[in-house]
Order: sequence, then C-alpha cells, then structure tokens
Amino acid sequence: MFKGRVLKFGDNVNTDEIIPAIYLDTISPSDLAKHCMEGIDPEFPKKVKKGDIIVAMKNFGCGSSREHAPLAIKTLGISCVVACSFARIFYRNAINIGLPILESPGAAEETKEGDWLEIDIEKGTIRNARLDRIYNTIPFPTFMQKIIDAGGLMEYVKEKVRREDV
Amino acid sequence: MGKGIAEKIFSHHVGREVKAGEFVETRVSLCLGNDITAPLAIEEFERLRVGRVFDEERVVLVPSHFAPAKDIKSSEQCKILREFAKRYRLRYYFEVGRMGIEHALLPEMGLVLPGDLIIGADSHTCTYGALGAFSTGVGSTDLAAVMATGRCWFKVPETIRFVYNGKLRPWVSGKDLILHTIGDIGVDGALYKVMEFSGEVISRLGMASRFTICNMAIEAGAKAGIIEPDDVTIRYIKKRTNRPYMVFKSDLDDIYREYDCSEIEPQVAFPHLPSNTKPISEIGDIKIDQAVIGSCTNGRIEDLREASKILKGNKVHSEVRLIIIPATQGVFKQALDEGLIDIFIEAEAVVSTPTCGPCLGGYMGILAKGERCISTTNRNFQGRMGDKDSEVYLANPSVVAASAVLGRIAHPEEVLKNV
Repeated sequence: MFKGRVLKFGDNVNTDEIIPAIYLDTISPSDLAKHCMEGIDPEFPKKVKKGDIIVAMKNFGCGSSREHAPLAIKTLGISCVVACSFARIFYRNAINIGLPILESPGAAEETKEGDWLEIDIEKGTIRNARLDRIYNTIPFPTFMQKIIDAGGLMEYVKEKVRREDV
Repeated sequence: MGKGIAEKIFSHHVGREVKAGEFVETRVSLCLGNDITAPLAIEEFERLRVGRVFDEERVVLVPSHFAPAKDIKSSEQCKILREFAKRYRLRYYFEVGRMGIEHALLPEMGLVLPGDLIIGADSHTCTYGALGAFSTGVGSTDLAAVMATGRCWFKVPETIRFVYNGKLRPWVSGKDLILHTIGDIGVDGALYKVMEFSGEVISRLGMASRFTICNMAIEAGAKAGIIEPDDVTIRYIKKRTNRPYMVFKSDLDDIYREYDCSEIEPQVAFPHLPSNTKPISEIGDIKIDQAVIGSCTNGRIEDLREASKILKGNKVHSEVRLIIIPATQGVFKQALDEGLIDIFIEAEAVVSTPTCGPCLGGYMGILAKGERCISTTNRNFQGRMGDKDSEVYLANPSVVAASAVLGRIAHPEEVLKNV
C-alpha cells in the first residue's frame, strides 16, 4: 500500500526530460536523482518528499531506452508512477528495476497536483482522497507479475541461474 | 487474418507457433550496448557472478555516444566497456577508429541478418527491421540478463501494416515518409506494436531510406519497425557476410494506413515532438543557427550524397554552423573517396569523426539558449540538443543542407534554382 502526495505531469513526458543526456556520464543513482525531471522543472528534486507519487497523462517515458530515467525517479523517493499509458521501454525498465507503475486512465485524468492518493497494488486500486473516488488499475499480465514478485528482473534471473546450476 | 513478419520470427525462435499477445522467453541472435547503457548493464551482470557471457560472438559493445570521450567521466564509462570486452573476450567491441554509430555500424559489418531476433540497450535498435530482422530497444537490466543467459522475455507484439503507393516526388526520401507517418498517427500511434512498412514505394527504396524508416518507428511508440526482405536486402547482406539467414514474408491482409506518396512533400517536424510535422511548403520563414547532418537516422553514404548535391559549389550561410557526421568509419572513407568531404569543407561545413554527439545533446554541437537547429536526427524533444530553451527541427539531409546554405529552413530546389 502506497500513500502519497501527487506531482502531476502531462502527455508524452520523455526520457530526455526525466534525465537529460548530459547527465548520462554516470551510473550513480544518487547523482542521477539530483537531475530528475530537470528538462521540465529544474526544482523538481527539491520539491519531492519521500513517498510522493508521479501522475502523468499518456505515453509517459517515451523516447530513449535509458534506464537512468526510472532509476532517477525511484532513487529520488517517488513511490509509484500512475499514468494513462506508458511508453513501452520505460514500462519494461520500471518493471525490471522494481519501480511500481500503474496504468489507470481514469485516475490519471481526474487527479490534480497536490492530491492525496492511496494505492493498493495487490487489489489494483487507486483512491483519490480529495474526490473520495476509487479507480481500478489495468492488472499486470501473470508473466510480468512473476518478475515483480521476484523483486525485479535480476532477482528473477538469479533464481533461474541458481536453479540451472543445481 | 494472416501473420506478420514479427510473429513469424518469434515463432521460429521460440520453436512453436506463437501469436501476438503471448509472453515468451527466448534466445536472441545478438545483443548490443553502448557507452551510456552498457555500464549499468555491466554492473548488474557482474552481480550475477556467472563468470562468462552467453556467447562471445553475440554480445556487441559500441562506444558511440560520448565517444571519442568528451570528458573524464565519459572516458571512465568507455573504459568500463573496453575492460569488459577484454575480460570476457568479446569478438565485437568496436574501439574508436573502428567504431561508428551503432545502428549504422552493425548492419554495415554484416552482424544483422533477415530473421534475426535482436535486442539492444538503445531505443533505435529498431533500425535493423529494415533487413527483415525483429529488433527492439530495451534497458540496461534486460541487456545484463541477456548477456548472462542469452535469453530475453517478450510480449509478442501485434503488427500494423502501412502501405506506401505512388511515386516519390523529387527530394523526398525515407525520412519524409516516416515523418509524415508519425505526424499522422502521433508519438504513441503505434505503442507496443510493430509497424510493418510495405508497398511499391518501399520496394523501390534503397537500404539507407529503409533504415531511416525503421529507425524512427520508436518515435511512434512502436516496439519495432520491419520491412519484408527482397532483392535489395539480399544484395546488401551478401556483400557483407556469408552467414545463413531466414526470410520471413508477411501474410497480413489488413491495412492500417495507406498513403499516396505522390502527395507527400519533404517534411519538417517542429519542436518539440517528431509528430509536429508540416509539409515544407507550409512552414513559413524559420531562421536557423545550426544544421546537423548525421546520426543513426541519416548518417549513411546515401544521405551524405544527397547533402553534397546541394552543397556543391555553395557556401554555408554566414550565420549558420553546419556539422556533418558520417555515421561510421566506412561511410567516412567512402565519402572521402567520392570527393564528398571536399565538397563539405569547400562549403565551410565542419566534418566530424563518427559519434552520436549532438543528436542527444552530448557534445559536438550543443545549442545555447534560444538557438535553433535543423537536423537529420530523430528526436526534437525540448532541450534534446542543448539548452531547455533551444529548438530542434527534423528533416531529411537535402532539406538540412539547403537550410544551412540559405540560413532558414528551405526546400532543396530553392538552392538549386539560384545556381
């Protein structure tokens, strides 16, 4: 269960905005987090409190395959990203590194900056406290749920490698 | 409804008939990383402690983004690749001097074949669909898992078919067809799907334009772009490798979009999305500060030849910097042999060693606040090439060359009629 304050974004937030390429000369998660969302709002890292939730409209994370984007968001302390839809590689990367993301067009459209959301990942529901409204999220396919349950792709692969060794 | 090329490639690699929507784990033909994405992948890979990569001939590393290293931190990143390649005896690590922009280099080196299933930790890995391969961009963690196991998970994507009919107008290339298409369907118009490009116009295109089209499938949100292999494809690969390949043909009946290409003008994508396209006759007067010809989208020899037709005997406008970047050492050498580099230098353009450099705002032509650039690259997101308040317009190489000469975005014929 995640509870957090909403930071709202629009359509087509791209990975160049989430983490400009000029900062891709490092793989240090904390250095990347310092520049999270700099392409849209250079003050963003200062505004974020641990547990905050990003809510965006359609095609969040479009553009480059840089995993530095979900990594910067996760490291900054964002608990979850909710959007109408996600770009494919970002979606995959978030699942692989264990950044919780949820597709819910209803919640994304009606939620505003500063709202308070309560997210029950297991039930797949999002409650907007201001509107006192509950939204369903689009459930993960079984295969992806296995990766999420393992704690990300590397944990999933580690288990497979270990089993094959045995 | 028949199967598209992508479903057939997946069925072949998985070893049974699979359908769009199914989740599969399968072995890949090749995986790729660069100096931005591979360091993260290598860190994850080492945590697995497997002691070897799944196949020394199927893990390719290309330092092409901030290389030749632009600063100390970039140099450290490149060093991670170099040392990894040495430690694990990778056959295909391309050092500066042998490297090129990854998606121009791999096909040129004969490392991509029809029927292959390829993943790369770079979104423009979808370029190789032009050879009838299924190839798609993934992140660093996926690359790490593949380097260790040779296997990757996929949701077999649905395919939508685009048909291009008619006859191309002069100065219209693959770049214009894909920009027009993205302008039509939007930056998420093909989200999670494969774009299959077909029709008489595609059959008549050379490989360079086909690479450009598939390269930008990701800008419509697609998982891959793909073109059915034909004589043009086979001639291209036969010159480069003797390895066996598999040609898969499409059985798709449904057409998602059909275009009459005789109505398509050269296209210009306005800031800040590749889908903000306009035909060049409708753009108005847009002055530019910089022009870039290069990238995995348009840095091939055919692209440089197009630019040279405009630049020959002309000078770059006094208030414009024109940066030309041949995509690989091979392209550079060919351009030298054909006299193109002379033409560019005579025109007062700068010619660089291969690098992704300015395309992603790395180096070699970063924009200052308020500056405007027209570029043959693939993305014009806000701040992509430099300051948050700079602008990038996307176009084909002949339009970029003409714009560099006239100091404003221009149709190639505007330059040629003045000669």
